[in-house]
Amino acid sequence: MVGRAVTSRDLVLGRLRAALAADTAAPVDVPRDYRQAAAVDLDQLAQRLADYRAHVHRVAEGAVADTIADLLPAGGTVVVPPGLPPAWLPPTVTALPDDGLDHARIGAADAVVTAAAVAIAQTGTVVLDASPDQGRRVLSLLPDRHVCVVRADQVVATVPEALARLTPHRPLTWISGPSATSDIELIRVEGVHGPRQLHIILLP
Amino acid sequence: MRIALFVTCLADTMFPQAATATVRLLERLGHEVVFPTEQTCCGQMHVNTGYQREAVPLVRRHVRVFDPYDVIVAPSGSCVGSVRHQHATVARRAGDVRLASRAESVAERTYELSELLVDVLGVTDVGAYYPHRVTYHPTCHSLRMLRVGDRPRQLLGAVRGLDLVELPAAEQCCGFGGTFAVKNPETSTAMLADKMRHVLSTGADVCAAGDVSCLMHIGGGLSRLRTGVRTVHLAEILASTEQSGTVSVASAGRS
Amino acid sequence: MPTTTPPVTAPTGVGHLRGDESFPTAARRSLADPQLRRNLRHATTTIRAKSAGVIAEQSDWEQLRTAGAAIKADTLRRLPDLLEQLEEKVTGAGGVVHWAADAVEANRVVTDLVRATGADRVIKVKSMATQEIGLNEALEAAGITAVETDLAELIVQLGDDRPSHILVPAIHRNRAEIREIFLREMPGVDPALTDDPTALAAAARRFLRETFLSTPVAVSGANFAVAETGTLAVVESEGNGRMCLTLPETLITVMGVEKVVPTWRDLEVFLQLLPRASTGERMNPYTSMWTGVTPGDGPQTFHLVLLDNGRSAVLADEVGRQALRCIRCSACLNVCPVYERAGGHAYGSVYPGPIGAVLSPQLTGIEDNASLPYASTLCGACYDACPVKINIPELLVHLRAEAVESRPRPTAESIAMAAAAYTMDRPRLYAAGQRAARLSRLAGRRGRGLPPPLNGWTASRDLPEPPAQTFREWWAGR
Repeated sequence: MVGRAVTSRDLVLGRLRAALAADTAAPVDVPRDYRQAAAVDLDQLAQRLADYRAHVHRVAEGAVADTIADLLPAGGTVVVPPGLPPAWLPPTVTALPDDGLDHARIGAADAVVTAAAVAIAQTGTVVLDASPDQGRRVLSLLPDRHVCVVRADQVVATVPEALARLTPHRPLTWISGPSATSDIELIRVEGVHGPRQLHIILLP
Repeated sequence: MRIALFVTCLADTMFPQAATATVRLLERLGHEVVFPTEQTCCGQMHVNTGYQREAVPLVRRHVRVFDPYDVIVAPSGSCVGSVRHQHATVARRAGDVRLASRAESVAERTYELSELLVDVLGVTDVGAYYPHRVTYHPTCHSLRMLRVGDRPRQLLGAVRGLDLVELPAAEQCCGFGGTFAVKNPETSTAMLADKMRHVLSTGADVCAAGDVSCLMHIGGGLSRLRTGVRTVHLAEILASTEQSGTVSVASAGRS
Repeated sequence: MPTTTPPVTAPTGVGHLRGDESFPTAARRSLADPQLRRNLRHATTTIRAKSAGVIAEQSDWEQLRTAGAAIKADTLRRLPDLLEQLEEKVTGAGGVVHWAADAVEANRVVTDLVRATGADRVIKVKSMATQEIGLNEALEAAGITAVETDLAELIVQLGDDRPSHILVPAIHRNRAEIREIFLREMPGVDPALTDDPTALAAAARRFLRETFLSTPVAVSGANFAVAETGTLAVVESEGNGRMCLTLPETLITVMGVEKVVPTWRDLEVFLQLLPRASTGERMNPYTSMWTGVTPGDGPQTFHLVLLDNGRSAVLADEVGRQALRCIRCSACLNVCPVYERAGGHAYGSVYPGPIGAVLSPQLTGIEDNASLPYASTLCGACYDACPVKINIPELLVHLRAEAVESRPRPTAESIAMAAAAYTMDRPRLYAAGQRAARLSRLAGRRGRGLPPPLNGWTASRDLPEPPAQTFREWWAGR
């Protein structure tokens, strides 16, 4: 196995190097005169999230728990990443702290509440990076509702600004609206395999 | 201005009215037109069919014939596209670097008719009169290889008596593509059917374009269907005046 | 140009890069199917409008295209070094890197890796590379079931059909046909299923949920791999990708070698270009990025298979090489008037449309896909739409020359072309030819047909009446 892999490696790299051996192409400079940054516009973020059928709630930090209480049935179960601020959870719901929850329990929950790492106004995107207030990737994948709390200072205007803030070595999930497909007659349908509802609570 | 006419083999052989109209238009605007008689074909058909080696002598001939002129015009977006985007490539592929650079120099001096009128001669109102309902098909090579943009429409917009109607899905190819229409006739016909449907939907009695090849394709289809809609080269419309009348234009070159 | 090794193209007998018939023959069948024509027209028209809308919003679109093209051109120039860097970073992050010279080897590597886990089923994220190599068939032959989890791929798999579009593989099917396929082939489906797209998507969700949760191995492709960090990225919409990339214990990613990009920062260009050019969205619903293995989160075993399968041969051609910039957005398919009418199956390969017409013959060698470079009018719409500025018309013309020069001569066409070139290089002979042509046309049936092989054109079009005078005759008589 090892011997064969080494051989194929040499073979492929050898072919690629041979393909370039007679190269006359000049070195390439990458022009980066596209837009790098812009002023953050929270209204734009809210509008573009809504364009792709995310539900946006703009409230003060103290009102997060009440907002979530309104979204979920009384007694509903909520998956909770280990580092989520406890004050965000309303007393009306049953918290399921992630201490290694199995897939079945996560999937059966009414919702998951997470924070975010970065949000991008121009594309209506939130990015999770598996920090303690967001948790493992599976937590925001299996429940049918994802409630994501974004602070205004986490919002950037452009994709280049977002990448500059992110750490590549963390598992990253970029989310722009609920799960969707356009596979049938190019008609956009929300809710296939991921959460069918995405609620963004946008804090000032 | 002294302007050399690159007539193109198709206009020379099958649609001389487009070429004679080009000559009469430019002369009416006070320019001298010369016709280098040693010219034949730019070789586009060969290049686009895969016969680049066979095209080399044709490129060499074209460059030799037109090199002495400062301004060259052709009533064809497609053939100018070939000169501008293919000649140097053909020469380089054949290993003839000198020919490639001469071809580039000739290409820089070669203009499609609407480019020549608007950019070089600085005129959009050429004093034409053409009392017809006209729709304009922007041929693919004019549109995307040469980027002539709205120059033909500026010219048509200034023609007295002309009722210009928008062609739906104008930027879609008519399906000719030279060798494509021969190698893939069924797909070509399907594309042509849509183009004709759009032309007929405008109610125009004339479909105009800057390439006789595409006009031959569209006109051939319209003729087969006995639609009564004529295809006319842009140059023929611009060459028409109240004095000349449009009847003589249609038969120009056949007298 | 001297090279030490001759270019090696993708092997025959495996994978899906070659059709059974030529493009014109296959296209004839599609053209005769009015339902297919309607489906294709509706889908391509819809997506063109969506894409144009979000591209118009992005005022720096041209700058992004230029940057995207430059990053890819730079990548290709130093591909071997970047792949070695990628290997080092992925290995350092706990992944295992495998190299596959061709489809046969890639299929064997993946099959062995799945077997080693003891699993007899894998879940799959839509991936062009694994379709190209025929991985599903290879797994099947080894007794391993591959379940496609993308909705369109599922429709294709259940319908025992072939994909016809890079992005929306079931574009040739409408909702009524999809409902019929689900009712016929989907175990446990509700017999009252309607053809509402929402209901059809919900049926796929129910059908696949248990499979996602119970399958320990996933196979994916990759949209991008960052050499600098070892990070892989998969761009998707439905969440089936996230399921496959998150839930299983083992993840196997098969990626064409050209998918590498040099730096993390380069993703800022492609994550703006790809969604707008492909689905016509500002951003696709989900993008997953991972670097090796993260303890306690996601698959704990990660294999990356780097696939050549003819790519080194494409790289060797300095003109043809630009086809390797392709990010599989399928914008060129959606704007192509030929694709819109002939459909994806006519191209024979998993890569249809304009990019397929240039990429497939390069990967296989021109002999095996010689009709594809001619499946275009050279209208140039694909070049304008391409987010990485692949000059597809230039490539088509380049490959036509390769096709002609690789064929044994003489053929009827080559004789005609040589004769035409001979005549056109001699103005007097040329003028005599013009007169002769006119006489023969006047003698024959006026305005109708041409002899073979040109009679295809005159089957549905009239030739104009020949003029009384050529231009040069008119000029001489002035």
